[in-house]
Amino acid sequence: MDNVNQAISDTWSIYGTELSSRLLIGSALYPSPAIMQESIKQSQAEVVTVSLRRQSPESAGGQAFWQQIQSLGKKILPNTAGCHSIQEAVTLAQMSREIFDTDWIKLELVGDEYNLQPDPIDLVKATEILLNDGFKVLPYCTDDLVICRHLVELGCEVLMPWGAPIGTGKGLLNPYALSAIRHRFPQISLVVDAGIGLPSHAAQALELGYDAVLLNSAIAQAQDPVMMAKAFKSAIDAGRLGYLGGRMPEKDTANPSTPTLGMPFWHQM
Amino acid sequence: MKVTINGKPVEFTQAQSLLSLVESFGAQPPYALAVNGQFIPKSQHASYAVNTGDSIDVLSPVQGG
Repeated sequence: MDNVNQAISDTWSIYGTELSSRLLIGSALYPSPAIMQESIKQSQAEVVTVSLRRQSPESAGGQAFWQQIQSLGKKILPNTAGCHSIQEAVTLAQMSREIFDTDWIKLELVGDEYNLQPDPIDLVKATEILLNDGFKVLPYCTDDLVICRHLVELGCEVLMPWGAPIGTGKGLLNPYALSAIRHRFPQISLVVDAGIGLPSHAAQALELGYDAVLLNSAIAQAQDPVMMAKAFKSAIDAGRLGYLGGRMPEKDTANPSTPTLGMPFWHQM
Repeated sequence: MKVTINGKPVEFTQAQSLLSLVESFGAQPPYALAVNGQFIPKSQHASYAVNTGDSIDVLSPVQGG
Protein backbone atom coordinates (compact mmCIF):
# COMPACT_ATOMS: atom_id res chain seq x y z
CA MET A 1 0.00 0.00 0.00
CA ASP A 2 1.39 3.41 -0.90
CA ASN A 3 1.48 6.39 1.43
CA VAL A 4 -1.62 7.99 -0.07
CA ASN A 5 -3.75 4.90 0.48
CA GLN A 6 -2.37 4.51 3.99
CA ALA A 7 -3.34 8.10 4.74
CA ILE A 8 -6.83 7.65 3.35
CA SER A 9 -7.38 4.54 5.47
CA ASP A 10 -6.32 6.09 8.77
CA THR A 11 -8.90 6.17 11.51
CA TRP A 12 -10.03 8.24 14.46
CA SER A 13 -12.22 7.35 17.39
CA ILE A 14 -15.27 8.32 19.42
CA TYR A 15 -14.63 7.02 22.94
CA GLY A 16 -12.75 4.01 21.60
CA THR A 17 -14.98 3.26 18.61
CA GLU A 18 -12.76 3.37 15.53
CA LEU A 19 -14.15 5.23 12.53
CA SER A 20 -12.83 5.54 8.99
CA SER A 21 -15.13 8.29 7.76
CA ARG A 22 -14.38 11.76 9.01
CA LEU A 23 -17.85 13.05 8.25
CA LEU A 24 -20.75 12.90 10.69
CA ILE A 25 -23.94 13.72 8.86
CA GLY A 26 -27.32 15.07 9.93
CA SER A 27 -30.65 13.63 8.87
CA ALA A 28 -32.74 16.84 8.74
CA LEU A 29 -33.85 19.32 6.08
CA TYR A 30 -33.53 17.10 2.98
CA PRO A 31 -36.02 17.63 0.17
CA SER A 32 -37.30 14.05 0.54
CA PRO A 33 -36.62 10.85 2.50
CA ALA A 34 -35.18 9.24 -0.64
CA ILE A 35 -32.71 12.10 -1.14
CA MET A 36 -31.78 11.90 2.53
CA GLN A 37 -30.97 8.22 2.23
CA GLU A 38 -28.99 8.59 -0.98
CA SER A 39 -27.08 11.61 0.33
CA ILE A 40 -26.09 9.76 3.48
CA LYS A 41 -24.95 6.77 1.39
CA GLN A 42 -22.89 8.89 -0.98
CA SER A 43 -21.27 10.82 1.87
CA GLN A 44 -19.91 7.50 3.17
CA ALA A 45 -20.51 8.80 6.69
CA GLU A 46 -20.58 6.14 9.38
CA VAL A 47 -22.44 8.24 11.94
CA VAL A 48 -25.85 9.88 11.50
CA THR A 49 -27.37 12.38 13.91
CA VAL A 50 -31.02 12.16 14.95
CA SER A 51 -33.27 13.69 17.59
CA LEU A 52 -36.45 13.12 19.61
CA ARG A 53 -39.67 15.08 19.52
CA ARG A 54 -43.24 14.67 20.73
CA GLN A 55 -44.97 11.83 18.96
CA SER A 56 -48.01 12.49 16.85
CA PRO A 57 -50.05 9.25 16.72
CA GLU A 58 -51.74 10.53 13.55
CA SER A 59 -48.41 10.32 11.71
CA ALA A 60 -47.65 6.80 12.96
CA GLY A 61 -45.22 8.15 15.50
CA GLY A 62 -42.38 8.81 13.08
CA GLN A 63 -41.88 5.09 12.45
CA ALA A 64 -41.20 5.61 8.75
CA PHE A 65 -38.28 7.94 9.43
CA TRP A 66 -36.77 5.61 11.98
CA GLN A 67 -37.04 2.64 9.62
CA GLN A 68 -35.31 4.65 6.87
CA ILE A 69 -32.44 5.49 9.19
CA GLN A 70 -32.16 1.95 10.48
CA SER A 71 -32.03 0.57 6.94
CA LEU A 72 -28.82 2.54 6.35
CA GLY A 73 -27.00 0.54 9.02
CA LYS A 74 -25.14 3.56 10.43
CA LYS A 75 -24.11 4.38 13.97
CA ILE A 76 -26.61 6.71 15.62
CA LEU A 77 -25.67 9.93 17.39
CA PRO A 78 -28.71 11.43 19.14
CA ASN A 79 -28.70 15.13 19.92
CA THR A 80 -30.32 17.33 22.54
CA ALA A 81 -31.08 20.11 20.06
CA GLY A 82 -33.41 22.81 21.31
CA CYS A 83 -32.78 22.24 25.01
CA HIS A 84 -32.45 25.42 27.05
CA SER A 85 -31.83 23.98 30.51
CA ILE A 86 -29.65 21.35 32.12
CA GLN A 87 -32.69 19.34 33.20
CA GLU A 88 -34.18 19.33 29.70
CA ALA A 89 -30.90 18.17 28.18
CA VAL A 90 -30.35 15.45 30.78
CA THR A 91 -33.91 14.12 30.40
CA LEU A 92 -33.69 14.12 26.62
CA ALA A 93 -30.33 12.36 26.76
CA GLN A 94 -31.77 9.65 29.01
CA MET A 95 -34.77 9.16 26.71
CA SER A 96 -32.44 9.00 23.70
CA ARG A 97 -30.26 6.38 25.32
CA GLU A 98 -33.27 4.13 25.81
CA ILE A 99 -34.77 4.55 22.33
CA PHE A 100 -31.56 4.52 20.29
CA ASP A 101 -29.72 2.04 22.51
CA THR A 102 -26.54 4.11 22.58
CA ASP A 103 -24.67 5.95 25.29
CA TRP A 104 -23.39 8.51 22.80
CA ILE A 105 -25.01 11.93 23.11
CA LYS A 106 -24.38 15.09 21.12
CA LEU A 107 -24.98 17.54 23.94
CA GLU A 108 -26.53 20.79 22.75
CA LEU A 109 -27.64 23.40 25.25
CA VAL A 110 -28.83 26.64 23.72
CA GLY A 111 -27.56 29.72 25.53
CA ASP A 112 -29.02 32.38 23.26
CA GLU A 113 -31.73 32.31 20.63
CA TYR A 114 -30.05 34.95 18.46
CA ASN A 115 -27.19 32.77 17.29
CA LEU A 116 -28.09 29.48 19.00
CA GLN A 117 -24.77 29.75 20.81
CA PRO A 118 -24.15 26.98 23.33
CA ASP A 119 -24.42 28.02 26.97
CA PRO A 120 -20.83 27.45 28.09
CA ILE A 121 -21.55 27.30 31.81
CA ASP A 122 -24.57 25.01 31.77
CA LEU A 123 -22.91 22.89 29.09
CA VAL A 124 -20.10 22.06 31.49
CA LYS A 125 -22.57 21.30 34.31
CA ALA A 126 -24.74 19.07 32.09
CA THR A 127 -21.65 17.30 30.74
CA GLU A 128 -20.57 16.40 34.26
CA ILE A 129 -24.02 15.00 35.12
CA LEU A 130 -24.19 12.93 31.95
CA LEU A 131 -20.62 11.60 32.20
CA ASN A 132 -21.37 10.52 35.78
CA ASP A 133 -24.51 8.79 34.46
CA GLY A 134 -22.42 6.71 32.07
CA PHE A 135 -22.91 8.71 28.88
CA LYS A 136 -20.21 9.27 26.31
CA VAL A 137 -20.71 12.98 25.81
CA LEU A 138 -19.90 14.81 22.58
CA PRO A 139 -20.41 18.43 23.63
CA TYR A 140 -21.30 21.03 21.03
CA CYS A 141 -19.34 24.01 22.32
CA THR A 142 -17.94 27.35 21.29
CA ASP A 143 -14.30 27.70 20.28
CA ASP A 144 -13.33 28.89 23.78
CA LEU A 145 -10.13 27.16 24.85
CA VAL A 146 -10.90 27.35 28.56
CA ILE A 147 -14.39 25.88 28.21
CA CYS A 148 -12.81 23.08 26.19
CA ARG A 149 -10.26 22.55 28.96
CA HIS A 150 -13.02 22.22 31.56
CA LEU A 151 -14.79 19.66 29.36
CA VAL A 152 -11.58 17.67 28.90
CA GLU A 153 -10.88 17.74 32.63
CA LEU A 154 -14.33 16.28 33.25
CA GLY A 155 -13.44 13.35 31.02
CA CYS A 156 -14.67 14.25 27.55
CA GLU A 157 -12.74 12.37 24.90
CA VAL A 158 -14.44 14.25 22.06
CA LEU A 159 -15.06 17.98 21.67
CA MET A 160 -17.18 19.60 19.00
CA PRO A 161 -16.47 23.35 18.76
CA TRP A 162 -18.50 25.36 16.28
CA GLY A 163 -17.12 26.71 13.04
CA ALA A 164 -19.92 29.28 12.89
CA PRO A 165 -23.50 29.45 14.22
CA ILE A 166 -25.80 26.57 13.27
CA GLY A 167 -27.21 26.77 9.78
CA THR A 168 -25.25 29.84 8.68
CA GLY A 169 -22.87 28.08 6.30
CA LYS A 170 -20.26 30.76 6.95
CA GLY A 171 -17.35 28.39 7.37
CA LEU A 172 -14.65 28.62 10.02
CA LEU A 173 -15.03 32.12 11.48
CA ASN A 174 -12.07 31.78 13.85
CA PRO A 175 -9.44 29.38 12.50
CA TYR A 176 -6.94 30.69 15.05
CA ALA A 177 -9.13 29.64 17.99
CA LEU A 178 -9.87 26.26 16.42
CA SER A 179 -6.18 25.70 15.75
CA ALA A 180 -5.29 26.62 19.33
CA ILE A 181 -7.73 23.98 20.61
CA ARG A 182 -6.10 21.42 18.30
CA HIS A 183 -2.62 22.22 19.58
CA ARG A 184 -3.71 22.35 23.22
CA PHE A 185 -5.49 18.97 23.21
CA PRO A 186 -3.60 16.67 20.84
CA GLN A 187 -5.06 13.56 22.50
CA ILE A 188 -8.72 14.59 22.12
CA SER A 189 -10.88 13.78 19.10
CA LEU A 190 -11.94 17.13 17.68
CA VAL A 191 -14.91 17.67 15.39
CA VAL A 192 -15.93 20.99 13.86
CA ASP A 193 -19.69 21.03 14.33
CA ALA A 194 -21.96 23.62 12.73
CA GLY A 195 -21.38 26.51 10.39
CA ILE A 196 -19.87 24.61 7.50
CA GLY A 197 -21.35 25.61 4.15
CA LEU A 198 -18.88 24.45 1.51
CA PRO A 199 -16.63 21.45 0.95
CA SER A 200 -13.65 23.83 1.19
CA HIS A 201 -14.70 24.72 4.75
CA ALA A 202 -14.59 21.04 5.68
CA ALA A 203 -11.21 20.65 3.98
CA GLN A 204 -9.91 23.59 6.00
CA ALA A 205 -11.04 21.97 9.25
CA LEU A 206 -9.21 18.77 8.34
CA GLU A 207 -6.13 20.76 7.27
CA LEU A 208 -6.08 22.29 10.76
CA GLY A 209 -5.76 18.77 12.13
CA TYR A 210 -9.37 18.29 13.16
CA ASP A 211 -10.39 14.66 13.19
CA ALA A 212 -13.78 15.14 11.56
CA VAL A 213 -16.62 17.51 10.74
CA LEU A 214 -20.31 17.27 11.58
CA LEU A 215 -22.71 18.95 9.18
CA ASN A 216 -26.25 18.80 7.92
CA SER A 217 -27.54 21.91 6.15
CA ALA A 218 -24.57 22.18 3.79
CA ILE A 219 -25.60 18.91 2.16
CA ALA A 220 -29.35 18.83 2.81
CA GLN A 221 -29.95 22.36 1.55
CA ALA A 222 -27.63 22.20 -1.44
CA GLN A 223 -29.33 22.39 -4.82
CA ASP A 224 -28.21 18.80 -5.42
CA PRO A 225 -27.69 17.19 -2.00
CA VAL A 226 -26.45 13.86 -3.40
CA MET A 227 -23.76 15.55 -5.48
CA MET A 228 -22.82 17.77 -2.57
CA ALA A 229 -22.47 14.71 -0.34
CA LYS A 230 -19.90 13.31 -2.78
CA ALA A 231 -18.14 16.68 -2.85
CA PHE A 232 -17.82 16.71 0.93
CA LYS A 233 -16.43 13.19 0.91
CA SER A 234 -13.71 14.24 -1.55
CA ALA A 235 -12.95 17.49 0.27
CA ILE A 236 -12.60 15.75 3.61
CA ASP A 237 -10.22 13.19 2.12
CA ALA A 238 -8.23 16.04 0.55
CA GLY A 239 -8.13 18.00 3.79
CA ARG A 240 -6.94 14.99 5.76
CA LEU A 241 -4.20 14.27 3.24
CA GLY A 242 -3.27 17.95 3.29
CA TYR A 243 -2.84 17.78 7.05
CA LEU A 244 -0.82 14.57 6.95
CA GLY A 245 1.27 15.90 4.06
CA GLY A 246 2.40 18.83 6.19
CA ARG A 247 1.99 22.29 4.77
CA MET A 248 4.91 24.31 3.45
CA PRO A 249 6.24 27.09 5.69
CA GLU A 250 4.25 30.28 5.18
CA LYS A 251 6.39 33.29 4.17
CA ASP A 252 5.83 37.01 3.98
CA THR A 253 8.01 37.56 0.89
CA ALA A 254 7.95 36.06 -2.58
CA ASN A 255 10.29 33.24 -3.49
CA PRO A 256 10.53 32.09 -7.12
CA SER A 257 9.80 28.45 -7.66
CA THR A 258 11.46 28.31 -11.10
CA PRO A 259 15.28 28.17 -10.93
CA THR A 260 16.93 31.56 -11.37
CA LEU A 261 20.27 30.03 -12.35
CA GLY A 262 20.66 30.11 -16.14
CA MET A 263 18.24 32.95 -16.77
CA PRO A 264 18.56 34.30 -20.33
CA PHE A 265 20.92 37.29 -20.34
CA TRP A 266 18.40 39.70 -21.76
CA HIS A 267 16.30 39.59 -18.52
CA GLN A 268 19.23 40.40 -16.26
CA MET A 269 19.41 43.92 -14.83
CA MET B 1 -58.25 12.72 36.84
CA LYS B 2 -56.72 15.22 34.44
CA VAL B 3 -53.27 15.04 32.88
CA THR B 4 -51.63 16.38 29.75
CA ILE B 5 -50.03 14.15 27.12
CA ASN B 6 -47.73 15.97 24.74
CA GLY B 7 -49.40 19.20 25.80
CA LYS B 8 -52.95 18.01 25.15
CA PRO B 9 -55.37 17.76 28.11
CA VAL B 10 -56.62 14.22 28.76
CA GLU B 11 -59.23 13.22 31.33
CA PHE B 12 -59.92 9.73 32.67
CA THR B 13 -61.96 8.27 35.50
CA GLN B 14 -60.10 5.14 36.66
CA ALA B 15 -56.57 5.09 37.97
CA GLN B 16 -54.27 3.95 35.19
CA SER B 17 -50.68 3.00 34.77
CA LEU B 18 -48.47 5.17 32.61
CA LEU B 19 -48.33 2.39 30.00
CA SER B 20 -52.09 1.98 29.62
CA LEU B 21 -52.55 5.73 29.50
CA VAL B 22 -50.09 6.33 26.66
CA GLU B 23 -51.43 3.29 24.79
CA SER B 24 -54.94 4.70 24.98
CA PHE B 25 -53.47 7.97 23.72
CA GLY B 26 -52.33 6.04 20.66
CA ALA B 27 -48.59 5.99 21.28
CA GLN B 28 -46.74 3.67 18.93
CA PRO B 29 -43.26 2.28 19.49
CA PRO B 30 -40.54 3.30 19.45
CA TYR B 31 -41.14 5.91 22.12
CA ALA B 32 -39.65 7.08 25.39
CA LEU B 33 -41.58 8.65 28.25
CA ALA B 34 -41.08 11.49 30.69
CA VAL B 35 -43.41 12.66 33.44
CA ASN B 36 -43.10 16.23 34.64
CA GLY B 37 -39.79 16.51 32.84
CA GLN B 38 -38.26 13.40 34.43
CA PHE B 39 -37.33 10.34 32.36
CA ILE B 40 -39.32 7.20 33.22
CA PRO B 41 -37.51 4.04 32.06
CA LYS B 42 -39.41 1.46 30.05
CA SER B 43 -39.13 -1.03 32.91
CA GLN B 44 -41.36 1.24 35.01
CA HIS B 45 -44.04 2.08 32.43
CA ALA B 46 -46.44 -0.64 33.55
CA SER B 47 -46.08 0.05 37.26
CA TYR B 48 -45.81 3.84 37.29
CA ALA B 49 -48.94 5.40 38.83
CA VAL B 50 -50.05 8.58 37.15
CA ASN B 51 -51.26 11.45 39.31
CA THR B 52 -53.69 14.19 38.45
CA GLY B 53 -51.94 17.19 36.98
CA ASP B 54 -49.05 15.14 35.59
CA SER B 55 -47.51 16.31 32.36
CA ILE B 56 -46.55 13.33 30.20
CA ASP B 57 -44.23 13.50 27.22
CA VAL B 58 -44.19 10.75 24.59
CA LEU B 59 -41.16 11.21 22.33
CA SER B 60 -40.15 9.43 19.13
CA PRO B 61 -37.25 9.60 16.67
CA VAL B 62 -37.15 12.53 14.27
CA GLN B 63 -34.63 14.05 11.91
CA GLY B 64 -31.77 15.86 13.61
CA GLY B 65 -28.58 17.73 12.80
